[in-house]
Amino acid sequence: MTATLATRSARTPSLRRTPAWIVTDSVTIAWRNMLAVVRNPQLLVIDTVTPVMFVLLFAFVFGGAIQTPGIDYVTFLMPGIFVQTVVFGGTNTAVGIAEDLQKGVIDRFRTLPMAPSAVLIGRTFADLLRNIYVVIVMTVVGLLIGFRPTGTPVGFVLALVLVAGFGYAMSWLSANIGLRAKTAAAAQGAIFIPVFPLTFASSAFVPVETMPSWLKPIAEANPVTLVVNASRGLFLGTADTGTVLAAAAWIVGIVAVFAPLAIRSYRRR
Amino acid sequence: MSSPAVLAEGLVKSYGEVRALAGINLEVAEGSLLGVLGPNGAGKTTAVRILSTLLLPDAGHASVAGHDVVKDPDAVRASIGLTGQYAAVDENLTGRENLELVGRLLHIGRKEARIRADELLAAFGLTDAGGRPARTYSGGMRRRLDLAASLVGRPSVLFLDEPTTGLDPASRIALWEVVEQLRRDGTTILLTTQYLEEADRLADRIAVIDGGRVIAEGTSTELKDRLGEDVVDLRVADAARTAEAVEILRDLAATTPRAENAAGRISLPVHHGAGILAEVVRRIDSAGIEVAELSLHRPSLDDVFLSLTGRDTTVVAAAQPAARRRFGRRSANPETAA
Repeated sequence: MTATLATRSARTPSLRRTPAWIVTDSVTIAWRNMLAVVRNPQLLVIDTVTPVMFVLLFAFVFGGAIQTPGIDYVTFLMPGIFVQTVVFGGTNTAVGIAEDLQKGVIDRFRTLPMAPSAVLIGRTFADLLRNIYVVIVMTVVGLLIGFRPTGTPVGFVLALVLVAGFGYAMSWLSANIGLRAKTAAAAQGAIFIPVFPLTFASSAFVPVETMPSWLKPIAEANPVTLVVNASRGLFLGTADTGTVLAAAAWIVGIVAVFAPLAIRSYRRR
Repeated sequence: MSSPAVLAEGLVKSYGEVRALAGINLEVAEGSLLGVLGPNGAGKTTAVRILSTLLLPDAGHASVAGHDVVKDPDAVRASIGLTGQYAAVDENLTGRENLELVGRLLHIGRKEARIRADELLAAFGLTDAGGRPARTYSGGMRRRLDLAASLVGRPSVLFLDEPTTGLDPASRIALWEVVEQLRRDGTTILLTTQYLEEADRLADRIAVIDGGRVIAEGTSTELKDRLGEDVVDLRVADAARTAEAVEILRDLAATTPRAENAAGRISLPVHHGAGILAEVVRRIDSAGIEVAELSLHRPSLDDVFLSLTGRDTTVVAAAQPAARRRFGRRSANPETAA
């Protein structure tokens, strides 16, 4: 054992908290969370295989049974699958945070003089990158099996931005559940309680018109429906500005509500 | 006399109906090691969590390195390290990355974070394992990495919450040596433990806590002296006559004698042990009770804890029966496992 353990010679921790820490610390945390994905190639494989499986199952199993007037089902389906996938991807945030809490990693972060919000900003950002990767993989698979977006390239990119943005918003909702769950398994279970009705009672997989009359207004008001319709419109070049703005407003609104809530509950001692 | 590095006054914390801390007072002089000794549920971890800014107290006041833990948590955080009961390492990161992560979050700069990580890996014998994900580490290695992580910022005050719980004997002794080194380097340390021998070996002063308050405080020697100068340990061959033997010897005891009736064991705290030993033998002998074992020793912390809490130390030991059995009392010599 050398004397290097406690000597107070070199640089000591900086004391003055600056707003820049939110950025640098978030980058550090995002780096840490990305490493976890890289170190677990299995995760990456699951991340890749699951959505591809969804695309293929829906396209070929339900494709024949679900009538989508005026549009090929695969082209109808892809925006829905994208949104469903990023919403499911957003649940990773809850599980990851609950795991960090359970293992004491969050305790370590909390005893460091860092920006507290960075733990959540970095985590949700890493999960956003993961979602973007998955959406790109799915786009490629979709194009291979008959997804034919007929809109403009700008519309195409905007559609993907909406999709990824909605996944990011769901990450923040998910963070709140992760911070309150006692275990990672509980977080995993709890997060799907809102997630399943959100994704299925929507226009993601079937036209809302086919739903029973009591469900239709609920599905129409569902933010997933708005985001799916907006991105579907952007992919096909038939989008109306109102829907796109409404979808964007939902994304901003969810983040504006759930990010401060999550940060507050992270900071609570 | 400078102000203490850690000062807790009247800390109270309740979780719902459960009162974890009932007004605890602790004081750790700069550069010294305070052992906080108590059974599970005594409030040790709650106290550490308040002092390390993880938890707010319901009442009371505490300062660490001169900063108030409630009003100025960032200043406290820049001065402390915490190693908890479970190794808080990121299993997906390598040992080196774990340390660099902490360094970067302490804002010491990437380069300095890298240098510091290498230094600590070397100091903790983890240089070879530094490039491997922490999930491949053994329990002892994880705990060393965890302790290393809490030292990245060269903290002036270190909190070690049951740092050796669950470790095998060799890892435990290795950790003790690190703690002793840190203490020699001038780090103020607050260490909680449920192992009496750990407190005995490492601590300058010991605070015994039970039910959320300090029930005794002093050096190991002072605590032992409270009990009397010596302890006569005696085992009668016929356990059925234990109570009888206690009655015969009662007036020789400095404080209340203890008996385990089933085993025939009697512990008698006494003054002037050597002189009394002969009297003990005479009385037992004339009562016709056969003695199987007889010894005279300085009180152990086990004896102290027992007399303070009125509970058997087996309650304390039960949490880690295996480790305790292996360790027993032959803990004083670090060379045996080094």
